[in-house]
Amino acid sequence: MAGSGAGRGRTAFTFNIDALGFGKGAALPDTVSKPPPTYPSTENKPVPLKTGEDEDYMLALKQDLRATMKQMPYFLAVEEDREVIERYRKKYQNSGKEHQTWTPDWRRLPREVKPKKKTKKGANPKKAKSFESKSNLDVLKKIEELEKKDDEEKSEDEEDKKEDKPKDKEGDDDEEELEEDDEEEHEEENDYISSYFEDGDDFGDGSDDNMDEATY
Amino acid sequence: MTQAEIKLCSLLLQEHFGEIVEKIGTYLIRTGTQPLRMIVNETGLLLDQVKKALCVLIQHNLVTYQLQKRGFVEYEAQCKRVLRILRYPRYIYTAKTLYNDTGELIVEELLLNGKMTMSAVVRKVADRLTETMEDGKTMDYTDVSNTFVRLADTHFVQRCPLIPETPETPDAPPPPAPMLVINEKDMYVVPRLNLIGKGKRRRSCDEEENGEHKAKKQKQDGESSEPLPDDGIYWQVNIDRFHQHFRDQGIVSAVANRMDQTSSEIVRTMLRMSEVTTSSSAPYTQPLSSNEIFRSLPAGYNIVKQVLDQYLTLLADDPLEFVGKSGDSGGGMYTVNLHKALASLATATLESIVEERFGSRCARIFRLLLRKKHLEQKQVEDFAMIPAKEAKDMLYKMLSENVVSLQEIPKTPDHAPSRTFYLYTVNILSSARMLLHRCYKSVANLIERRQYETKENKRLLEKSQRVEAILASMQATGAEDAQLQEIEEMITVPERQQLENLKRNVNKIDASENQVDETIFVLESFIESTMKKP
Repeated sequence: MAGSGAGRGRTAFTFNIDALGFGKGAALPDTVSKPPPTYPSTENKPVPLKTGEDEDYMLALKQDLRATMKQMPYFLAVEEDREVIERYRKKYQNSGKEHQTWTPDWRRLPREVKPKKKTKKGANPKKAKSFESKSNLDVLKKIEELEKKDDEEKSEDEEDKKEDKPKDKEGDDDEEELEEDDEEEHEEENDYISSYFEDGDDFGDGSDDNMDEATY
Repeated sequence: MTQAEIKLCSLLLQEHFGEIVEKIGTYLIRTGTQPLRMIVNETGLLLDQVKKALCVLIQHNLVTYQLQKRGFVEYEAQCKRVLRILRYPRYIYTAKTLYNDTGELIVEELLLNGKMTMSAVVRKVADRLTETMEDGKTMDYTDVSNTFVRLADTHFVQRCPLIPETPETPDAPPPPAPMLVINEKDMYVVPRLNLIGKGKRRRSCDEEENGEHKAKKQKQDGESSEPLPDDGIYWQVNIDRFHQHFRDQGIVSAVANRMDQTSSEIVRTMLRMSEVTTSSSAPYTQPLSSNEIFRSLPAGYNIVKQVLDQYLTLLADDPLEFVGKSGDSGGGMYTVNLHKALASLATATLESIVEERFGSRCARIFRLLLRKKHLEQKQVEDFAMIPAKEAKDMLYKMLSENVVSLQEIPKTPDHAPSRTFYLYTVNILSSARMLLHRCYKSVANLIERRQYETKENKRLLEKSQRVEAILASMQATGAEDAQLQEIEEMITVPERQQLENLKRNVNKIDASENQVDETIFVLESFIESTMKKP
C-alpha cells in the first residue's frame, strides 16, 4: 500500500479534511497524550438543589433510616478484638445497646445456612468465665506456694502482681493479704524497689506551713 | 454489572448492613452465582459469619438461592435490588402521602425488616404510633390492620413466595433448600386474622423499665412459642407498584407543565382507572371511553362533557403523544401511551443535562439532531445558525463525551474516507445508558465524600454527642440554668461553627443523593421499557 504522503507534505490525511470542518491551514486541536484530569474544571456550575417540604422530609427520612439500620440486628459489625484490659468507659458506653437477637425462619432458608450448634453463643461466655475463674484459682494457688518459700523481697513483687491481675475479681483472700502490707509498700505504687534509695535526713522533716520560703 | 454499579452497591451495603455483609454481597455481585463453600474460600471470612450474612441478605430480598440439579445450593445477588436501597426514603414518603402516618410506618417496618408477618407488622406499628401519641391514648390494632389491608388491595405490599404445603414423600429426607412458590392470585390475599389489642407504651420511669424489660422478655418468649394464625405468611413491599406510581406522577406533572391543571387531572384519572387493569410493562393502557372518563373525574371538577372532549382531542393531537386515540366508540376511546411518555421524559432529562453541562448552544444542536435524526457537519451549522468554528467545537466536545455519535455512510465499497458521509446522530438509548452510568458514579462519589466528611470530624461529633447526653440527663434530674450553661460551653464557638458546617454539608450531600436518584429512576424506567418491547 502506498504510504500516506509521508515526507511529501507536513500533514496529509487519507480523507478530505474539509469534510470534518477544518479548512486549509486551520489549527488542529491538541492531541490527547494522557487521560483527562481527575477533577476537571467546571465552567458551567450545577443548578441549585430543589428545596421544599417534600425534599426536607425525605432528607430527614434518609438520615433516620441510616441511623436506625445501624441499630438493627441485621447490621453485622466486625467484632473488635477483646481487649485484655477492660476500659472504664466500657461500663458506660455499651450497656445502653440491647441488640435484639433475630432468628430467621429456618423453614424458608437452605439447610446449610443454619448454624449447626445452637449453643455456640451460649458456650462462649461460659467458657470465658470459667477460664478466668480458673486462672484466678491458679494464681491464688501459685501465690500461696511462693509465699511459703520466699522472703520479703519476693513478697513485694507478688503483691504488685496480685494487685495487677485480680483487679475486678472477688478474691476476698487477696484483699486481706494486701491490707497487711499496705502501709509500707503502696505509697508510691511503682516498680522501683524502695530499698535501693535511702531517703535523706531532711525528707519529711520540713513542715508544710512555711511555704512562702522557697526551698532550694 | 458495570464497575460503577458494583461500587455503589458495595457502599450501600456497607452503610446499611455492615462490613461483613458488604464483602459477601460485593463478591456475589461481582462473580455471579456461587455455592456456599466458594464464598467462604474466596472472601476469607469465617463460615459462621458467611452464614449469618447470607441469612440477612436473603431476608432482605437482596440474594436469592436456587437448588441445582446436582444437589447443592447456589446463591445469586440481585444487583438492581441493592440499588433500590437508595430509594427507600421515597417509598416511605409516598406511603405517607397516600395512607398517612400508619401507612408510612407499615412500609418503613417492612423495608427495615425485609419480610414480616402481618401480625408482627401490626403490633410493631401500633406500638410505635402509641409512643408518639399523648399520654393515655393508644393505637388500636384494627386501625393498623385496615391500613394494611388497603395497602394490600392496592398492591403496594405483596405476599412472599410460600413454602410448599405437602412434602412429596414423607420418607425422603427434606430437600437442602425449600422451593418457594407463589400463585399470582394469592399474592395480595390478606389472611383472616383477629388482631385485637392496643399498642403498648414504653414507660419512662427507669425502675419500672427494668422490671418491664424482664417481663417483656418473658412475654416475647411466651408469644413466640404460640403459633400465630398467620405463621409462615410473610409480606414484602411491592417495589414495582411504587415505581408505577412514580411513573404516573411523572407523566401527570409533565402534562401539567406542558398544558394546564385540568388536562393533568384528566390524565391522572385515566391512569388511576387503569392502575390494576394494566400491567406495569404494558406499552399503553387499556382503552378508556370518554364517557367512562367523564364519570370517573374527581368530584371537584365541574367541567362539561364537551369541554372534556375538547381537552381529550387536544391531548391526543399533542406532538408529544402522551395520549392517543384508539377508536371512536363510546365518545372516543383514548389510551395513555406509557412507552412514549417515558421516552419523552428521558429525552427531556437528556436535553436538560446537555444544556447544563455544555451550554445552551450545544443544547440547541442536540435538540436539532434529535429532530432531524442524521445531519452532516455543514448542515448542522446551517440549521442551528451557529458559526462554523463554534459549531465544530461544540460537536466535538459532545462527541468526546459520547452524547452524540458518528454514523458513517460509505459511497464506495472500499469505505474510503474521502468518499464517505459522516453524519452526526443522537442515539437516545445509548446516551441514556451512558448518563445512567454517570449517575451511579455520582452517587458513589457523593456517598464517599459524605463518609470522608463524617470521619474527619468524628472526634468532634462524639464530643457533641457526649455533651448532649450529659445535658439531657442533667435536665431530667433538674439542674439550674447556670450549670446547663456551663456544660454547653464545653463546646467552644469555633467548634460549634465546625459542627454547623459539617451538618450543612452532610445535609446537602444527602439531598443531592435523593435528587440524583430521581434522575436514575427516569432513565432506568425508560431503558427498561425499551428493552421489554417485543
